[in-house]
Amino acid sequence: MSFLSWAPAGAPPLAAPADDGPGNPWFSWQYVRDNSDIILDKLGFHVGITIETVIIALVVAVPLAVLAYWIKPLTGPILALSGILYTIPSLALLALLAPLLGATSRVPVLIALVLYALLIVIRNALTGLTQVPGEVRDAAAGMGYGRFGRLWRVELPLALPGIVTGLRLATVSTVALVTIGSIIGNGGLGDLILGGFANNFYKAEILTGTVLCVALALVLDLALAGLGRLLTPWGRRRAS
Amino acid sequence: MSYFQDGITWLNDPLNWTNPGGLFDRLREHLVISFWAVLIGCVIALPLGIWLGHRGKGGGFVITVANLTRAVPTLALLTILPLTALGFGKLPVIVALAVFAVPPLLANAYTGLQSVDPETKDAAKGMGLSGGQLLRRVELPLSVPYLAAGLRTAAVQVVATATLATFVNGGGLGQIITAGFGLGISVGGGQIVAGGIAVVVLALLVEGLFAIVERLVTPRPLRSVGRRKVAATDPTG
Repeated sequence: MSFLSWAPAGAPPLAAPADDGPGNPWFSWQYVRDNSDIILDKLGFHVGITIETVIIALVVAVPLAVLAYWIKPLTGPILALSGILYTIPSLALLALLAPLLGATSRVPVLIALVLYALLIVIRNALTGLTQVPGEVRDAAAGMGYGRFGRLWRVELPLALPGIVTGLRLATVSTVALVTIGSIIGNGGLGDLILGGFANNFYKAEILTGTVLCVALALVLDLALAGLGRLLTPWGRRRAS
Repeated sequence: MSYFQDGITWLNDPLNWTNPGGLFDRLREHLVISFWAVLIGCVIALPLGIWLGHRGKGGGFVITVANLTRAVPTLALLTILPLTALGFGKLPVIVALAVFAVPPLLANAYTGLQSVDPETKDAAKGMGLSGGQLLRRVELPLSVPYLAAGLRTAAVQVVATATLATFVNGGGLGQIITAGFGLGISVGGGQIVAGGIAVVVLALLVEGLFAIVERLVTPRPLRSVGRRKVAATDPTG
C-alpha cells in the first residue's frame, strides 16, 4: 500500500482546498479587521495562560531543583521522572486530565502546560546549580555563609543563566503547546488555527493564528533574554 | 477514580480493538505515519548534519533550525500543509511530522561529528586518510552514540506528535481521543482515557525499544559518552 493512496477517514472536503482561487487568500487584512475582537481575545488568553504557566513552573521548579541539588540521591529520580513525563504526548496528557477536571475549562490545559514547563525548568536550573564551581562554593563557605545564605547570595545568582535558559525554552514550547488545548476549546490562538481548518479551510484565519503564535513566542523569548541580561550584569561586563 | 475505570472497561472490550477504526487499525496508521516521518527526517537531517559536523561549520544554522521548529506549533503545520500543493491525506501529516524529526537528528549528528577529538582526526590524517576515509573510518564510528541518541529522540517525538494528526483527520491513535471528545465526557470519557493510556504506553514502548537499540549499536567503550550527551542536550538552545 502506497501512502499516497490513503484517503482521510472522514468525508472528503467539499471545497477544493489547494486551488480555490482568490476567494481564500492566505492572508487578508479584511479578516483581521472584521475579527479583531476575537483575535485579541484569543491572543489575550494565549498570553495569559503562557505567563501563568511559566510563573507557576518557576515557583515550583526552582525549589525542587534546589532540593535535588542539596540531596544528591534525589537528582536521579527527579531527572528520570521528568524524562518519562516528557515522552507522554500532550494530547494524551490532556485526555487523561480533561475528564477529571472538566472538559471545557482551562484548568486541564494549564496543568498539562505546567507539567511540561516544570520539567524543562527543573533540568536547566539543576544544570545551572551543578555548574557552580566547587572553589566558589568553598570560598563562600569560608566567608561564613550558611547553607541558605550561600544559596541565595552565591549559588542561585550563578545559576541564573541556566534558569533563564530554562524559562526561555519553557516559554517558547508553552506558546506552541497551548494550541493543543483547542481540542477542548481552550487553545487560545490554536482555536483560530483549528477553527479556520474546520471553517471550510479558511486560510486567513489559520495563518493569522500561526503567525501570531510564532511572533508571540519570539517576543516573549526576547523579553526573557533581555530580563536575563538585566539580572546578570556581571556576565555582560565579562563579555564586553 | 471511576473515570480511570471507565477507560479500563473500554480497553477490556475486544470490539474496541478489532472494529474498523478500532485500536488495531489506529495503531497501524500511527506506526505507518511515524515510520515514514522518521525515515524522511533521517534522509534530510543525517547527511546535512554529518556534512556540517565534518566541516565543523554551521553550528549557528543548526541551533536556528532547532529554535524555529520549537516556536512553530505542530497544529499550525498540520493544518497548513494539507491546504498547500501536498493535498489532503497522509502525505501532509508525514511531512509535518518529518519537520519535527529533523532538529534532534540534525543537532545530534552535528554535535557527534564535531565532538570527535581533533587529535584523533589529526592522527588519522597523519596516517594518510583522505577526507572521505576520515569520515567513514574515524568520525562516523566515533559519533554512533550521538546518532543513535538523535534517532531515539526523533522517533519518540514523532510517535508522540503523531497523536495530533487527528486534528486534521489524519488517523492514528489520537483519533480515538478526539472521537471520545466528540461523544462528550459523560459518554466518551472512558474512550478518551483509554486513548490517552494507549498513546502513553506506545510512547513509552518506543522510548524503551530505541533505548535498547541505542545500547546495542553503541560500542562498549563509547557507552559512557552517550549517557553524558543525553544529560547535556537540553541547555543548548
